[in-house]
Amino acid sequence: MQHSSTSRRREGSPWTGLWAVFFKEMADHLSSTRMRILEVLILLSAVGAVYAGAQTLRQTISEDPFLLLRVFTAAQDPLPSFVAFLSFFLPLAAIALGFDAINGEYSRNTLSRILAQPIYRDALLWGKFLAGLATIALILLALFLLVVGLSLIFLGVPPSSEEVARALLFLLATLAYTGVWLGIALVTSVLFRSAATSALAAIAVWLFFALFWGIIAQLLAQAVAPFDPFNPESELRQTEALLAFSRLSPNTLYAEAIQALLNPGVRSLGPVLISQLEGALLGSPLPLGQSFLLAWPQLTGLIALTIGLFAVAYVLFQRREVRA
Amino acid sequence: MVIETQGLTKRYGRVVAVEGLELRIEAGEVYGLLGPNGSGKTTTILMLLGLTEPSAGQVRVLGLDPAREPLSLKRQVGYLPDSVGFYGEMSAWENLSYIARLNGLPPALAKARMERVLERMGLTEVAHRPVGAFSRGMRQRLGLAEVLLKEPKVVILDEPTLGLDPEAAQEFLQIIRSLKSEGITVLLSSHLLHQVQAICDRVGLFHKGKLVLEGRVEELAQRVLGGAYRICLEATPLNGLAERLQALPEVSRVQAEGQGLRLEATQDIRPQVAKAVLEAGAALQSLVLEQPSLDEVYARYFQEVRHAA
Repeated sequence: MQHSSTSRRREGSPWTGLWAVFFKEMADHLSSTRMRILEVLILLSAVGAVYAGAQTLRQTISEDPFLLLRVFTAAQDPLPSFVAFLSFFLPLAAIALGFDAINGEYSRNTLSRILAQPIYRDALLWGKFLAGLATIALILLALFLLVVGLSLIFLGVPPSSEEVARALLFLLATLAYTGVWLGIALVTSVLFRSAATSALAAIAVWLFFALFWGIIAQLLAQAVAPFDPFNPESELRQTEALLAFSRLSPNTLYAEAIQALLNPGVRSLGPVLISQLEGALLGSPLPLGQSFLLAWPQLTGLIALTIGLFAVAYVLFQRREVRA
Repeated sequence: MVIETQGLTKRYGRVVAVEGLELRIEAGEVYGLLGPNGSGKTTTILMLLGLTEPSAGQVRVLGLDPAREPLSLKRQVGYLPDSVGFYGEMSAWENLSYIARLNGLPPALAKARMERVLERMGLTEVAHRPVGAFSRGMRQRLGLAEVLLKEPKVVILDEPTLGLDPEAAQEFLQIIRSLKSEGITVLLSSHLLHQVQAICDRVGLFHKGKLVLEGRVEELAQRVLGGAYRICLEATPLNGLAERLQALPEVSRVQAEGQGLRLEATQDIRPQVAKAVLEAGAALQSLVLEQPSLDEVYARYFQEVRHAA
């Protein structure tokens, strides 16, 4: 028995060749035209948003200990805030980086050649996923530093250490959110043989969550917890059901997480009863640890979703025949 | 024994792609896996490399199990797929260096080997051009360069001459033949039987997932065609000539073919044939001894199988 169980184990490490794949894919991403277009788009929108945000902030004279965080979230009418821009563009960027990860290898007839090298399929998939994530992390970091630098120039107020910590956590949440979309793109790239179909499918998922899930969640909440005008508790129940359903969407999770992280005044992400507010100093900021605790379930949800999607792509890819 | 399979079977749903394959290939052999498209050659190759899982049976390549020890196996076995593709925007050099890194070769060694294989395949001058602009023949040579990069003990080539013009195909086959002198075992698959028959030490003929014939080309010809000597002649008039030639004791079969006749005989009986034709009062225009071709072996074998059924 001992012998058979050891001989059944795969030889060697599944990570063999991971870094070779990682660096090749990352180099591909960074030099691709696709990336150039995305960079220009994201850069323009970020600069625009920060400029507009800073303009708004300069006009308000009230004292604010979290000026840098306001730059992220302040919007001036035609332009949305920096955060809104990111939550709009990053899923698209992730899809653009991942939609042809696996089916691209099929259509270029390179897959069988690569898999004939001494590596496992794990290394190929991980390498591609990590390269996509690292590319986005790189853009995000550059963008973040740019925004901090610009706001220093426009506002002339150095950020406090707590602000920087909150901003870095915000970056982490954004990366987790992008990971979800990269995971979705990876799954569609394994599922669909044609890159165009795969891109379309991933964008369809994105549209579904961005536009339709809100409506569907409302309908579902109404069906599950109908509102009774004579029972005030039913209203609370419906609100809670709505929240639960809308939290199935990564967009909601991300929006809530950054709300808690970037706005220290936020004390709860769900409905709050008057009785719960007794003795609370409204508007007074929460310490960083408490805000982080508030965003923790959303953050772990995003990370779990990313891992789950990667696992789905992994299982699908392991079973896929090498031959087209 | 370098490659050994026992009862190797692969089913896709209800379709049987390969059935009960018993393959034994010795070190230093050039073995041809031949048969029409869809007869199970590529599936067999993928199972040998562990790229697809067998439904039943055993595989050992260099004594290793492809399902359990794929890394040490693939470190020693080079594979050139039938439709070889490269990253078109990368240069030949970059494509090779990616493969070298996947094989974990140290940079200095990788560089030396890359220079050597590119030189050998005659690609040194185009090494830094993007592969997207390469011709089919150049890609095929780059594919072989990549295979040689890991200095393999076994090389598996799937349809190596597919899509090459006759000259390039012959050139490519000569390179494959030269691998034998380096002690590399070569397994190649092809549906172009006549093209590869010259370079194979042994061949196995596939039909509907089964290995139906195996052996040296001459042996197979002897076994299937009855006699290894085939004589083609053209003469006018042909009337009554066939019967007359059939009467010769060495002739086993006479067939009309275009303007002439094709004989099969147990010996080279060209003088007797010429005599017989002239005695029949016909004008002899040509008389040729044909080398046995695998295409014929294959066609004849299945003719007989069909007749028997």
